[in-house]
Amino acid sequence: MTDGVEQKETPAGLASVEAVTQMLAGTGYIATPEIATAVYLAHHLRKPVLIEGPAGVGKTDLARSVALGLEQPLIRMQCYEGLDESKALYEWKYGKQLLYTQILKDKIGHLVEDADSLDEALHKLTGFQDIFFSRDFLEPRPLLKAMEQSTGSVLLIDEIDKSDEEFEALLLEVLSDYQVTVPEIGTIAAQVPPLVVLTSNATRELGDALKRRCLHLHIDFPDADLEAQIVRTRVPEVTGRLLERLVDFVQAVRGENIRKLPSISETIDWARTLILLHADSLDPALVRSTLNVILKRQSDIAEVAGKVEALLAGGDKAGR
Amino acid sequence: MERTLTRYIRALRSAGAGVSTTEAMDAARTVDVVGWADRGVLKTALGTVLAKSVEEKAIHDQLFELYFSREAASAAASEGKPGEGGDPDTGRPGEGEAGADPQSGDAEGDEGAEGGDPVEALSALARGENPGQLAMALERAGAAAGVDEIRFATQSGYFVRKMMENMGVEALEARLMEALSRRTPEGEAEAEGLIGTRSALQKQARAFVEARFEIYGKSAQDAFMNEILAERSFGALGRSDTERMRALVERMAKRLAVRHARRRKVRDRGRLDVRRTLRANAGHDGVPFDIIWKIKRKDRPKIVAVCDVSGSVAQYVRFLLLFLHALKEKVTDLETFAFSAHLADVSRPLETLPFETAMRAIVDEVGSGGTDYGAAFLELDRDFGEVIDRRTTVLVLGDGRSNYSNPRLDVFKQIADQAKRLVWLCPEPATNWGSGDSCLLEYRPFCTLLTQCSTVIDLERALDEILMAYD
Repeated sequence: MTDGVEQKETPAGLASVEAVTQMLAGTGYIATPEIATAVYLAHHLRKPVLIEGPAGVGKTDLARSVALGLEQPLIRMQCYEGLDESKALYEWKYGKQLLYTQILKDKIGHLVEDADSLDEALHKLTGFQDIFFSRDFLEPRPLLKAMEQSTGSVLLIDEIDKSDEEFEALLLEVLSDYQVTVPEIGTIAAQVPPLVVLTSNATRELGDALKRRCLHLHIDFPDADLEAQIVRTRVPEVTGRLLERLVDFVQAVRGENIRKLPSISETIDWARTLILLHADSLDPALVRSTLNVILKRQSDIAEVAGKVEALLAGGDKAGR
Repeated sequence: MERTLTRYIRALRSAGAGVSTTEAMDAARTVDVVGWADRGVLKTALGTVLAKSVEEKAIHDQLFELYFSREAASAAASEGKPGEGGDPDTGRPGEGEAGADPQSGDAEGDEGAEGGDPVEALSALARGENPGQLAMALERAGAAAGVDEIRFATQSGYFVRKMMENMGVEALEARLMEALSRRTPEGEAEAEGLIGTRSALQKQARAFVEARFEIYGKSAQDAFMNEILAERSFGALGRSDTERMRALVERMAKRLAVRHARRRKVRDRGRLDVRRTLRANAGHDGVPFDIIWKIKRKDRPKIVAVCDVSGSVAQYVRFLLLFLHALKEKVTDLETFAFSAHLADVSRPLETLPFETAMRAIVDEVGSGGTDYGAAFLELDRDFGEVIDRRTTVLVLGDGRSNYSNPRLDVFKQIADQAKRLVWLCPEPATNWGSGDSCLLEYRPFCTLLTQCSTVIDLERALDEILMAYD
């Protein structure tokens, strides 16, 4: 298959599944075995990873941490409706082309001056015409940029579900062969295939063709232990007892019937908030006044505010 | 070992997880990378490569446990007999016919034993002195009998018998007959021993067939039962079917949502968007390099469901609502009204409460009493008239049996005029429309579509048709 472009060497951080876990831990990202395995396989099978899961469980963060851990540049492409080739792959620098034609006008005039016939002038020009469609006039956009990194890179294609279906089709060439075709120039293949991470919030079902080309990783809300570990890494100031109660409370809230469940990033924000407020334990009044940090809908806040005592007590029992 | 993987992929496919050839190749590469040694790593790695959604992942996790526990057992078996080469299936296909002949069956069956008596070899197997050898023999007989082809639980008896034959049980039975016909105490004692051997072997074979059924057959049987269920009228569903039906409805809804998940924009070629073109080309000194055309946005589906929840129709409503709520991904704008004696907005309980609880609360709220369609439409128009606009499809589910009250066709016409489309789903067959107190034929001229809807397939077709109007 594409074995001709075999990686020169495997970075130390990708040598084994444990190495991946350690590398990510070094950047403050606590990875489950599933996550670490997916990253490991992504490198060794040279396949993109498609990450699905609810908002705020660290999908984007994973790409950032891998880039940080590998000391490679992170090239990020945010998807949105209407995203197209010229914004994702490459664009011609029209302005520069125009300007250069103006500047070179005289020169061109000079070149064709001694031609006797129109035919001959045209013939002469044919030899030069490609200068305006060369690399100098090519503006690389994220996908092309990722192909051109000689050190390798991490390419993050964020929220792919927000883009149009046509764009998915465009990605196929990039994702399976790691190359970009520019009709005027030819095919530009990646020097070092980037590690590609796609994220999706599942607002729409992705195409089968795309899914088949990717490894699939589903990140869900973490369990209490993992969440505590994550919060401890991100907000080291949080002490044992507070951390435990805070995580238990968030876990209990996730069991409630609310529209937008609090994610890990919200737990972290809440931990930071509580530290700023110099809280050393959770009491109902404090929880109520800071609920808006973990819940983002008025109806959810109202729903949970009425049950704070019960949720705290429930979390307490589970904690012991 | 490659064979192990391909067979696992086949099992996955028959369990309903689509695995393409590319993915199968990726799986092989994955195994090269991670190796067979660490079971946990292998499981997550294969899960990442082979499963492409949360549902497939669940199938994979379950099947992995089933499949590789069996695989581990037979691997242990082949270790017990290194001379065997570890692949019980090589050269087996020809065995199918040969197995019918007890003589050749025996010749195969006893290669592990110290030659000689085939019946003695079987007894040794049945006594379980060498579990590895027993596992090997079962594996071999299973392959010859084609147990992997099992599709229904009812086939297991047949496969058990075939496996027994392949293990050479006929020789044993002949000996048994002979011992019994001797009519001596020694003969009877021998016969008893032989019967014990036979039933022990039968038990082993049955366990083996059942394990295979779990892996290869279960989901085929599930699919078959779903097929039957899909064509059965909601009215005829028993309590035990409800759970299966719910899963089925959810899957169908998902499929429908995918089918209609097309883009909501249509390029309206030929109409220049002057404003956006000028802005996009400002950097080129106003020279229009990029032409931008006007884009037409499609309406998002909005459904107002009006459901008769009186006794006769309640069961149908339950599945319609289940279906509509499973379609949430596609139909974000959904208002639900229920009526019997009077009408109530029930969107909120359906969204917040668990489904069954919500259904009970709804029936309590609107009362059971006599159904009055006219009054319900009047209340809908008077109290909730503003929810119906020109992108709304009004979906009525009911039998149109209004207990001889005024059908209020004037109000119904007004609702129909206000809405984009009005679709009426009726559980009764068309021959009953208009009979007795049914007002369906009077309502019919105002409906965009009036159709019978009594099975989940009807329901899917009707909703497909409704969503089509928004594509």
